[in-house]
Amino acid sequence: MPHGSLVSAQHVTRRFGEVVALDDVTLEVGAGELVGLLGPNGAGKSTLLSLVSGQRKPDSGVVRLFGGDPRDASSRLGLGLTPQETGLPATLKVREVVDFVGKHYANPVPTGELLEQFGLSDLAGRQTGAMSGGQKRRLAVALSLVGRPRVVLLDEPTTGLDVSARQALWTAIREYHAAGGTVLLTSHYLEEVQALAQRVVVIDQGVVKADDTLDAILRRVGLRRVVVRSTADLGADLPGVVRSERAADKDAGESGAWRYELFTADADELVRTLVTSGLPFHGLEIRGASLEEAFEQMVSHAATTDHDEAGSPTGATPSGAPDRQTSEEESAR
Amino acid sequence: MSTHAATTTSGVSGRPPSAATLTWIHLKYQFLETVRVPIAVLGNLLFPALAMFFFVVPQKEVAGDPVAATTAVASLGLFAICSASLFTYGLGVAEDRALPFDPFLRSLPAGPAPRMIARILNGGIFSLFGLVPLILIGWLLTAASVTWPQLLAGVGTVLLVSVPFVLLGIAIGYSLSAKAALPVVQVILFPLAFAGGLFLPPFLFPPWLDAISMTTPTRAGRDLLVQALTGEPAYALAWVVLLGWTVVFAVLAVWAYRRDEGRRFR
Repeated sequence: MPHGSLVSAQHVTRRFGEVVALDDVTLEVGAGELVGLLGPNGAGKSTLLSLVSGQRKPDSGVVRLFGGDPRDASSRLGLGLTPQETGLPATLKVREVVDFVGKHYANPVPTGELLEQFGLSDLAGRQTGAMSGGQKRRLAVALSLVGRPRVVLLDEPTTGLDVSARQALWTAIREYHAAGGTVLLTSHYLEEVQALAQRVVVIDQGVVKADDTLDAILRRVGLRRVVVRSTADLGADLPGVVRSERAADKDAGESGAWRYELFTADADELVRTLVTSGLPFHGLEIRGASLEEAFEQMVSHAATTDHDEAGSPTGATPSGAPDRQTSEEESAR
Repeated sequence: MSTHAATTTSGVSGRPPSAATLTWIHLKYQFLETVRVPIAVLGNLLFPALAMFFFVVPQKEVAGDPVAATTAVASLGLFAICSASLFTYGLGVAEDRALPFDPFLRSLPAGPAPRMIARILNGGIFSLFGLVPLILIGWLLTAASVTWPQLLAGVGTVLLVSVPFVLLGIAIGYSLSAKAALPVVQVILFPLAFAGGLFLPPFLFPPWLDAISMTTPTRAGRDLLVQALTGEPAYALAWVVLLGWTVVFAVLAVWAYRRDEGRRFR
């Protein structure tokens, strides 16, 4: 294990029955890093966090937290994490939940101070069951920080929040990080990872697909989609195309035209090349593949594929369902 | 590679909370959570009192005899405690486990002990609540009578006797889903209560049933409780049987907890 790693997973595999949630994953997080764990629903992000927080054991491989086994309570003294917002004990008051969680740590942030910081002071005497979704999210993130942790795990910290609530939580996370804290955060929103993380780990179907700086990852997923129909074989020699899909053009009838979907970082250059090449083409469409879409296609496809139905994701992972449900699916085996 | 690494951090000063502190805060907040759902508390209070009122008070030959009436109060009291322990823990733990807050609690820096001990203590507290109306009815409406030392000894015995049942409840709760826990608890509770002589006094049992009865934790608990309240001696092995089951259920409870990873059954 490299020296100074606070969170370490070495060749970790975890199965749920037939499903391999994590497949030989290796990840090191050093002090002061802000790492975004990015992947579609069901990719294995939450499973990885549950191993780091000692909730589950890996089937094989080694997970270390501050050099110790995360299943030992004493290893978790420097760890903070968010409960799922829906899981707050409904009959306890906000103040009581913060007190309760804080008292597990050596030197907790005083409850009043923490509630103030997260704008929850007015709600201190309210039962958590009476809070709105956004308030619960704020409380969840506050709870992750109450023990002055060295490492926090944030699982989808702002899912379902409106813009201003999201910005406020991002500010809190940035402040924590600026004060020297280490953050491992999961999201299936590229935007969130983009706003916070310095290093991005892309995980899909239990495998680490990329582990790089934010800029490098953005370059890989900042693609535009160019759709063009042509009777010619456009081939692989077009510049800047990172991925192409070819399908029979249904609208073209017997003419035998192909419908190409080309993904490139520089659509202008691609069009310029197409025009000057003299190849026949028609029906040109250019669309900014949204970052999320491009990302999702990046992780669930091979680099170049021939598809009957272009663009339909073939990944085994369901998308669109909230991640909570995914962890239940995993849990229920 | 020391597990103490976490305590020697820049931001952390002071000592991590002791096991006693952790147990206390778990006890406090578990109590608050339960007590804020009044019907759960009322159910515990009402059931044994109603059973007493309908099944013991009208029977003159039982209600009028000090030893028989005291024994009836003891038996029903013990049944109330078995049922509260098995239902609260068997079902309660299984339901808790299905809540998304449970994995969060499990990843706080406290081992299983503070939570489990707090649950056991909480079980004792709510069992005592349940005994209050029972004792009142026994005192006011039947010939049951105990001295203060006997009453105290009885309460102490009840708390001790409740431990194996709480542990069994915990073992069930951590092994099964809430839906499965309910019938399992019922299937375990009623035969145990019957065989233990909580519904019919054991002197009515044929010898073979009496022999089986003496190996059950309910019979051991009942006889020990009757001994504490009336002075009628329990059979020789009662403590051994009770202790044996306590150890077995404790092992089962710890095993079930360790095996559980907060799985949610749907």
